[in-house]
Amino acid sequence: MFTAFDNFPALLIWLPLLGALPAFLLRKEGAAGRWALASSLVTFTVTVASLFFQGEKHYALTQVSYVWLPDFGSSFTLTLDGISWILCLLNAVSFPVILGSTLGTCRDRQHVFFGLMLMAQAGLNGVFLSADALGFYFFWELALIPVYFLASLWGGERRVQAAFKFFIYTFAGSVLMLAGILWMHMRTTDQSFSLASFYRTSLDPVEQAWLFWAFFLAFAIKMPVFPFHTWQPDAYEQSDTAVTMVLSGVMVKMGVFALIRWLLPLFPDALKRFDEIAILLCIAGMLYASCIAMVQDDLKRMVAYSSIAHVGLMAAAVFTVQQEAWHGVLVQMFNHGVNIIGLWVVVSLIESQLGVRKISQLGGLAQKAPSLAVLLTVIALANIALPLTNAFVGEFLMFNGLYRHNPWYAAAAGLSIILSAVYMLNMIRNVFLGGTNDLTDGFREVSFRHRAILALLVVVILAAGVHPEPMFRLVEDTSDLILKRVQSR
Amino acid sequence: MNAILLSALWGVVMMFTGLASPHARLHGRMAVVGMALLVVAAWLDLAGISPFGITGGGMLSYGPYESVFIILMAGCALLYLLLSVHVMADGGTGTSDPLALIFFVMTGICIIAGFRSLLMLFLGIEIVSIPLYILSASDKRNLRSNEAALKYFLMGAFSTGVMLMGVTLLYGTHGSFYLEALNIGEEALSPLATAGIVLLLVSMAFKVSAAPFHFWTPDVYDGTPTVFTSFMATIVKGAAFFAFLRLFQDGFGRLHEHWRLLMAFLTAATLIIGNVTAVFQQSVKRMLAYSSIAQAGFMMLALFALNQTARTGIVLYAVSYSLATIGVFAVLARMKDHSFEAFNGMAGRQPLLALLLTVFLLSLAGIPLTAGFFAKYQMIAATLEEGRMVWLAILALLCAVVGVYYYFRVIQAMYFRTGGDAQPEVSKGTRAVLVVTALAVLALGIHPDWLLRFLSY
Repeated sequence: MFTAFDNFPALLIWLPLLGALPAFLLRKEGAAGRWALASSLVTFTVTVASLFFQGEKHYALTQVSYVWLPDFGSSFTLTLDGISWILCLLNAVSFPVILGSTLGTCRDRQHVFFGLMLMAQAGLNGVFLSADALGFYFFWELALIPVYFLASLWGGERRVQAAFKFFIYTFAGSVLMLAGILWMHMRTTDQSFSLASFYRTSLDPVEQAWLFWAFFLAFAIKMPVFPFHTWQPDAYEQSDTAVTMVLSGVMVKMGVFALIRWLLPLFPDALKRFDEIAILLCIAGMLYASCIAMVQDDLKRMVAYSSIAHVGLMAAAVFTVQQEAWHGVLVQMFNHGVNIIGLWVVVSLIESQLGVRKISQLGGLAQKAPSLAVLLTVIALANIALPLTNAFVGEFLMFNGLYRHNPWYAAAAGLSIILSAVYMLNMIRNVFLGGTNDLTDGFREVSFRHRAILALLVVVILAAGVHPEPMFRLVEDTSDLILKRVQSR
Repeated sequence: MNAILLSALWGVVMMFTGLASPHARLHGRMAVVGMALLVVAAWLDLAGISPFGITGGGMLSYGPYESVFIILMAGCALLYLLLSVHVMADGGTGTSDPLALIFFVMTGICIIAGFRSLLMLFLGIEIVSIPLYILSASDKRNLRSNEAALKYFLMGAFSTGVMLMGVTLLYGTHGSFYLEALNIGEEALSPLATAGIVLLLVSMAFKVSAAPFHFWTPDVYDGTPTVFTSFMATIVKGAAFFAFLRLFQDGFGRLHEHWRLLMAFLTAATLIIGNVTAVFQQSVKRMLAYSSIAQAGFMMLALFALNQTARTGIVLYAVSYSLATIGVFAVLARMKDHSFEAFNGMAGRQPLLALLLTVFLLSLAGIPLTAGFFAKYQMIAATLEEGRMVWLAILALLCAVVGVYYYFRVIQAMYFRTGGDAQPEVSKGTRAVLVVTALAVLALGIHPDWLLRFLSY
């Protein structure tokens, strides 16, 4: 039966996409930015509204199908269950924050910038909502194209190369996934691309092993998992900060999400054979990234490496296939997005005022901008996953899962949390505390708008830290459903 | 049958138009009208309406599949003419003759689309090739054009010789030119017949520029005036592939197992050589020449797979590749400098043109939402359906990644670099046609079913 709720998945894709088209035409100074902000707020409202229409529907894998390519066995099928909901919510929260905090940044061709941003949002929602493998692949690529242009057109000196490296890496991963999708498609009994028939299809172990790695590679490059991460620091550093926020806040979640939605339920037998390798890769990446983050002098690169470490933990927790760990991962995907966007906002504020990102050249900003310092500290503490901040619950559950899987893994991964405290607190000390120097003497308190945005993020951080219950209620049924599928084989 | 007669007649009409009037514009209009009529004529073939009672004695046969293919190729040719007649008129050598030659090529294409006998294949291939030799030499005062023509002619004549030899050997063993008579399975596999099949394979591989018989392609495509390269590299190549597939499916399909491995190696070599060499080119025109080898590699997958997906897929591939390549060449033909640097900053000077070129290049690279994606998809799916030699599909996909590298160089130049000075003069009408072409590329990328349904009668 087609209910009011069934309209939401498609709406969440169409809204940003339709919002993007006028943005391309608004050439007047500042108009496109305001339009994009308004459009993203509408998307946010609709996303939140969908929660009130859900009834019990979002817990199961209910699908809304539109006819697309019947001869290919593909349809435009979307599903808005718990895990896609939390990621769409992250997407919906992120974009107003990103657009609002970077609205005033001087850029040429603003209308193109904001149009592409909204297109990226539509693509990302498509990835999270697709329940059809071909549609999933489409959106996987379509989210990439606008971001590629965004990263190449605005940003640092070496942006064109960095963005191209990012594009080629991701594309190489995704073509292997395409081969895997096609192979799965031919193995389905009804020659279909739908997620439901993929779930029904059973494969022999050899096929599973090959397909597991084909899909894993695509997702590992996206997340990124060591050793496929080399595109990331360059891309983050060279892109415009707003684009970096999209990349690190939302886009890397595509990989983690896809593990849960596609990789593990499709190839449970292969998972049993290869989970140790995958977890070890993730943990190695966490430690490696944390160590590098400690010695980074560039703020952007530091945050980039810290992101590799955090996403590595999520991926490792996914591969443990533990109930609580999965809940933790899903909630942490949202929280990590909020935290890292907060960090980027601060970085961009410092860079836009002083023109430098070198930690060694900064210092004493707290004297000049006390409220910024307070807000940043909360966000930084959340990034270290201190209790009462949003990230604590998620990381605790993930460590719990890792510990049950193998205590040594938990110990090794725990090291990276200690290291994250080292570099985060070091950053606060070197950038905000101490005396000012010639450069930072000129630092002024940031505008009310930016303080309000950061304060909003801090409120979310604390609220989610103190009362995480609703988020867990949202994801746990879907998560358990998929988990049961993975374990039952 | 309508299509063959009309295209041949219109070729003659074009020659007389040249005598009757020196106005290049008139020639252009006549050609466009003729090509539109050709589309209609092919449509009438499809509907089974023919005023002529010619059957071709079983040497030619046109089912819906063949007729749809001719409609599509004539449609591409129509777009090509709409985009090119102005450029030809500026060339100054008189437009009626090249246009007449293009119609003769179309006659050849109609013949090789429907051949049932090796004689017709030979005849069709020759009718296609000989006008092309002349077209490639049409820039008489340019040494490189002359070189291209001579190279093309010598190599082409040689490969024709090889083909005739193959036909002769097969006639010697089977006593017939008809595909039905040739397709009798393993008991026919005498050494002579094997040699004949291999010789036909070699000559067809030469015509579609598959490695290792591709060496003529870059020089010929580069030296030929750009307007005609556009025609040679797209519609003619698509038709040659169509004939190639028909020959090996209807003629030697039962021996598939015997030549499959050979075809796999040819395919792999074509993919690797085409893609890797294209990366190192400094001129966009030469890059496109190598890219046409690379795309031929993808189309070869259909010959490797030889199943229903391949059968429909190759037509989709030919159409989507032709549309995108014609679009890129239409812009290139209006530029004096063919280097990558000439495209620098084009997005700032010509935003619409840059956007359209981006759509074409994304399609060539096989990015979703463009026709190129589903074309490549069909080829990969056909290969995987065979369930064996999966490495070939993986190799093709990795080559597609390499392809992204060189197609995106043009996009990067247009959008992310500055300082070029190319100002292709593109009239409003041409722009409109380019927009239509780009929309066709996008429509096939969103809904290829529209085309594929016609083909799976």
